[in-house]
Amino acid sequence: MPSALINVPAKARRGSVIEIKTLMSHIMETGYRHTASGDVVPRDIITSFTCRFNGTEIFRADLYPAIAANPFITFFTTVTESGKFEFEWIGDKGFSETAQASITVE
Amino acid sequence: MTNSDHATRRTFLSLTGGAAVLVIVRPADATPAMLQAAIRNVVGEANVLIGKVKLDIPPLVENGNTVPMTVSVTSPMTADEYVKSIHIFNEKNPQPNIGNFYLTPRAGRAQVSARIRLADSQKVTAIARLSDGTFWSATADVVVTLAACTEEAI
Repeated sequence: MPSALINVPAKARRGSVIEIKTLMSHIMETGYRHTASGDVVPRDIITSFTCRFNGTEIFRADLYPAIAANPFITFFTTVTESGKFEFEWIGDKGFSETAQASITVE
Repeated sequence: MTNSDHATRRTFLSLTGGAAVLVIVRPADATPAMLQAAIRNVVGEANVLIGKVKLDIPPLVENGNTVPMTVSVTSPMTADEYVKSIHIFNEKNPQPNIGNFYLTPRAGRAQVSARIRLADSQKVTAIARLSDGTFWSATADVVVTLAACTEEAI
């Protein structure tokens, strides 16, 4: 099962503004919870999300424990040419995931 | 009921009424030090103006674990004039920061959505940094019935 869900329109008109929706499956453990025996549950969150289009960064986010589990982030971009979106999530405990989506601009 | 009872009840009501008013008219900038510090960390000495930013968040949520939030900024998104970043803060979570979002002129529209956690009923503040160096903000009050973050894990 893929851990990332990406929603990018397959086609768009040149110059139009599209919405990109991203969802990454992750617990986002805050580091502020305790077990019944009183131990702190160690923090395990995604700290950074980046979106690149044809190699150029177009959107980036710093995430904190206040971001809900399974981070769902949506944003917009203007499309001028066909190409590939690359998404990258980086987090605690060496977490790193990537995803891609292509768009045809006409 | 005797007259003195009436008087006591009236006195009590007027006192509580007065207290409620006191709470409501508390100045808007009476934010806790932690939140104030987190905001200063981002904006430095700059003045944060109120306006341009729209913070869409439900005023009452049942579950603080996933609260949908959308921030949009009224601004052109051109190479000369655009929104550089959007920063979200809260008042009462263990940490004041929620998220920082960095945009470019090619975003087309200065709008970001995410789902956040709120540990308590509190204020959420969104601040946008524009390319001309000005900061704009919006604040919303959210009432949370079931808190997030600090509940016991199993």
